[in-house]
Amino acid sequence: MDFFAKWFPYFLSGVSVGGQYALIAIGYTMVYGILRLINFAHGDIFMAAGIMMIYLTGVFPVWLSIVFVILLTVLLGFAVERVAYKPLRQAPRMSVMISAIGVSYLIQNTVAYLTGGLTKQYVEIGWISDVVTVMGASTKRVTLITPILTLVLVVLLVFLINHTKIGMGMRAVSKDFETSLLMGIKINRIISATFIIGSFLAAVGSVLYFTNYTGVTYTSGAMPGLKAFVAAVFGGIGSVPGAVVGAFIIGICETLLKGMGLTAFSDAFTFALLIVILVVKPTGLFGEKLTEKV
Amino acid sequence: MKKFYLISVILIALLVLCGCSKSSAGSYTVKIGVFEPQSGDNGAGGKQEVIGIQYANSIRPTVKIAGKEYKVVLDIQDNQSSTDKAVSAAQQLVADKCSIVLGSYGSGVSIAAGSYFKDAKIPAIGVSCTNAAVTAGNDYYFRVCFLDPFQGSVMANFAREECKAEKAYVLSMLGDDYTVGLAKNFVSSFKALGGTVVADETFVEGTSDFSSYLQNAKDFGADVIFAPSATTYAALIIEQASTKGLSIPILAGDTWESSVISDAQNGKNIKVYCSTFFDENDKSGIASQFVNGFKSYLNSNATAKTNNGGNDIVAAVSALGFDAYNLACDVIEKAGSTDGKVLRDALAAYSGDSFVTGAISFDANGDAKKNTAYIKQAVNGAFSFVKVQSAR
Repeated sequence: MDFFAKWFPYFLSGVSVGGQYALIAIGYTMVYGILRLINFAHGDIFMAAGIMMIYLTGVFPVWLSIVFVILLTVLLGFAVERVAYKPLRQAPRMSVMISAIGVSYLIQNTVAYLTGGLTKQYVEIGWISDVVTVMGASTKRVTLITPILTLVLVVLLVFLINHTKIGMGMRAVSKDFETSLLMGIKINRIISATFIIGSFLAAVGSVLYFTNYTGVTYTSGAMPGLKAFVAAVFGGIGSVPGAVVGAFIIGICETLLKGMGLTAFSDAFTFALLIVILVVKPTGLFGEKLTEKV
Repeated sequence: MKKFYLISVILIALLVLCGCSKSSAGSYTVKIGVFEPQSGDNGAGGKQEVIGIQYANSIRPTVKIAGKEYKVVLDIQDNQSSTDKAVSAAQQLVADKCSIVLGSYGSGVSIAAGSYFKDAKIPAIGVSCTNAAVTAGNDYYFRVCFLDPFQGSVMANFAREECKAEKAYVLSMLGDDYTVGLAKNFVSSFKALGGTVVADETFVEGTSDFSSYLQNAKDFGADVIFAPSATTYAALIIEQASTKGLSIPILAGDTWESSVISDAQNGKNIKVYCSTFFDENDKSGIASQFVNGFKSYLNSNATAKTNNGGNDIVAAVSALGFDAYNLACDVIEKAGSTDGKVLRDALAAYSGDSFVTGAISFDANGDAKKNTAYIKQAVNGAFSFVKVQSAR
């Protein structure tokens, strides 16, 4: 019992952190699966959603603001793809990646300019930011909601990918870009849909994340973005369930390590894990085996 | 090609014109560099420090050198709270030929920039950089605030005397000179005063989940948490401590005296204390004069008020900025020169007591001689004075 009482609070916050990483990681992994592009701007879209929420709640009531934030974030993700990635469809993959880095810094610096580089306090969203006590560990209600909501969204997403027309398109495009083009699949529509889904999840993730960690600054997206990317690689980049499992493993390991007193080591662990996975199993936990066609 | 010539002629003409307007407008000017963070982790505090300097500049816009009136021009460079950006900001100030430099808020950036000022023979006056290494071994760096060893031991004394703490939990940011230095000094003083430090832990830059750290503090049975850190992290620490239901006080150094902290604490049942350089409610002549003047300056200047966090609370760093500017002007007038070497010697020999944060004179290292700090508590969105604490 003592053992349980000591570790349960760490486990709880680990599950919550993991759920938030998962929502961002899905965005990375889906875009990679389809475009073979690491969308570096994804973490910043997540941060931009947080900042939008702060400004919107100044005008609208909280629940309406959440809807607007989700819509605007989706629009931002869509616009980024259309403006910065689509014109580079035929360019070498490296150019698109550089463009992604450019977008990332553009978003960061725009937000830095708008906020004066200062940390903004996130709004309290009534019910979900209440403090609750679970088996002796007191935490915000959002901690409990995050993993559940994450799992529900992932199940829906997997359903979408496996059982709908657009999902079939996504799978086809991720298998072979040119052939699916020949088969008459509207590639641009599929890619836009991917970015829209990724941005939607990032917006939901940002509401959950910043309710827990209430300061938003222009670099807020960098660390969660990086961790989520590691989670996506860990789970096998391109695989949605893999990204989720990877995110939960990283989130839980991180908080447990802090609980053991290895506080300064917890981030090092995450990145050490990345290296180990890349060396031992380059395709990640759930990654597909790549067979090179000649 | 014709177009090219036309454009170049216009450009050259513009350049010449600009040059003319500059030399014709400025009768006599002296440039004071302001080396402060305007963005990044310490942006909020840096801005408050700059407002203090700008306010001082607005009421004392000129200095007299050898009978001639010189206009003081502030050259504000953003060091972005980061040690690598600090170097380019410092180089810009050197290139701009500043006579004297004020700043910074945060020790790491000052340490990074110190050698550039020293090499250029430009004296620098640290405003609220409290780490000992800022002035040590640098003849050209002075400061108007107290030091980390002092601040650390003041808070350790406070924890023992006022909070009656036996066990302390210490949390600092890895690789940050200010917080690590402060934590180290707190630990040694707290132990010397008979207390136990149950854990001395660190977090890395960019951390946002502090619940595990706070859970550690709870598990160790700490009576008090000492967590000096940048305000960005401080707000998260306070928020999550409140969520955890921690009832033990959280102590920190001067960076926490910021509206970010009082806003974070507002409406929560958690005790937050910090040490600071100055008390707003000090009724002695010069301080209250400054407080009144500064408040009306904030209320009449919308930008300044926004930069102060949207209220007219006088932060200690603003007072220090005010003092640093006046000290710089005094020294320029006393030395009767804008030459770096002469100014440095004048600073080293300086002694004066017409300052808001107390008399200023320097020891051999260039540190202001101070022996007391003010302890404040964040309550309901503002800071209230608790006591004057001296270190044993």
